[in-house]
Amino acid sequence: MSAIIPGLSSMYAGNAGSVISRGVRATKSTNFWIVISGFFEPVFYLLSMGIGLGALVGEVESSGKLVPYAAFIAPALLAVSGMNGAIYDSTMNVFFKLNYGKIYQTMLTTPLGPLDVALGEIFLALLRGGLYATGFLGVMQLFGLNLSWTAILAIPAVIIIAFGFASIGMGITSYMTRFQQLDLIQFFLLPMFLFSATFYPLSVYPEGVQVFIQALPLWHGVELIRALTLGTFSAGHLWHLLYFVVMIVVGLIFTSRRLKKLFQD
Amino acid sequence: MPNPVISAKSLVKKFKDFEAVKGIDFEVEPGESFGLLGPNGAGKSTTMRMIGAVSNRTSGDLEILGMDPSVDGPKIRAQLGVVPQADNLDQELKVWENLYVYGRYFGIDKKIVKDRLEGLLDFAQLKDKRNEKIDDLSGGMKRRLTIARGLMNEPKIFLLDEPTTGLDPQARHILWDRLFRLREQGTTLVLTTHYMDEAEQLADRLIVVDKGQIMAEGSPAALIRQYSSREVAEVRFGSDSNRSAADALSGVGDRIEVLPDRILIYANNGEEILSEVHRRGLVPITSLVRRSSLEDVFLKLTGRSLID
Repeated sequence: MSAIIPGLSSMYAGNAGSVISRGVRATKSTNFWIVISGFFEPVFYLLSMGIGLGALVGEVESSGKLVPYAAFIAPALLAVSGMNGAIYDSTMNVFFKLNYGKIYQTMLTTPLGPLDVALGEIFLALLRGGLYATGFLGVMQLFGLNLSWTAILAIPAVIIIAFGFASIGMGITSYMTRFQQLDLIQFFLLPMFLFSATFYPLSVYPEGVQVFIQALPLWHGVELIRALTLGTFSAGHLWHLLYFVVMIVVGLIFTSRRLKKLFQD
Repeated sequence: MPNPVISAKSLVKKFKDFEAVKGIDFEVEPGESFGLLGPNGAGKSTTMRMIGAVSNRTSGDLEILGMDPSVDGPKIRAQLGVVPQADNLDQELKVWENLYVYGRYFGIDKKIVKDRLEGLLDFAQLKDKRNEKIDDLSGGMKRRLTIARGLMNEPKIFLLDEPTTGLDPQARHILWDRLFRLREQGTTLVLTTHYMDEAEQLADRLIVVDKGQIMAEGSPAALIRQYSSREVAEVRFGSDSNRSAADALSGVGDRIEVLPDRILIYANNGEEILSEVHRRGLVPITSLVRRSSLEDVFLKLTGRSLID
């Protein structure tokens, strides 16, 4: 008997809750202000681009509806805030725990399996993404940028988006061994943030570029949230959700396999 | 005879081209204190990781508490206490939180965890440090906390990988005392070490491992009886003259080992050997007589010292 293939019982102990409560405890004691600071980034973008630049741009058309420029970009920034919350947690924090804190190493000598650790850590990332999103939605409400009651559904939608990014992000981070390599993630995220129909409609691109942008996850997030806050949501937007469901499943399998390989070889 | 708690047969672990463990067999009885003695890179830690159900064997059979670690990893780990080679305490948490959170990883009820952690803080002599940060603890305290943490789930088998490496002598003795108490309470201990004195102190029975293979097995005393003489005379003539002095000493004692810095002469009576050295007109710079130790056993078995 040579190759022994681990089944689910060796991957999951059903105790992701203990990983979550450890994370909450650690955040309370050390990382509180770092968490808060991440909230402001999209708020600054909204103020400068949406309110400032928006005064020059006026109204734009989205799904056949004329809306103020700030209302056009705010949902995109909301999607981005969810993504950022998830990414910060699943890259910077996870990187530290993997390479310096040896937290996962400890967890995996207990009955916890890689899937418990992945789920627990990802849930923490979602918590953060969800907090940012709720805060940002509040800011949007304050500026009158939520044009429909469906805007409230943007919160669960952002959490699903964050789930997708966190589950893939944690797996990717597991390949990184030096801090400098984390910059690669930013190198990928920044253009995605700027070009995913965040600040202008997809139609400005030639067709080939459009297809490329549509393949990226953030575009799906932006479209989904925008439809919800502008009130233009229809059944046609459901495939964006499907995109993230696939991303979540693939990410979870990828990440728990990586943890298994790293710590339970 | 009770069933062994650990049973390994032809156990092999390969990493790509490198064979870290090359087919070893051993059993550990309940309540026993079992040691793996060997130099760095002998395959001790790899073996420990397989016993700890965090590393899959490449081939062979391994049973821990009657279960197969590649099938029932979580169930086995639930009953193990683990003290890794490097301290991996949670630096973002306080001393008591480290114990608390760890207990929760095992799914142990909050109330029970809180009860147990008081006893464990006491055991680790860290009661007055309960609210300290990990960074503020000394090396010995961190080690004691790691050991206390490993006891949180009241393990059936306690695995200690190099428990006192890097500690000063006083901290080591405090730690040995703690481990000795566990032994008295009947906890099954499995420990690796490259310190012969540690193995002699803590192990009822041990295997000597080198390059992924078992070289010998037995109690420390039996191994010394079998592979070494009762006493050893150590003489030094300076690094340049040791070789020539050794030639002049041929036939003295049962066996002679020439090390870079000294000559070891094995015999039943060390003092007699020293007199013989002087009778042959040799004047060592320093000399001493001591009892044989596991270090000598290792030297005999492998031709090398434990700590290179």
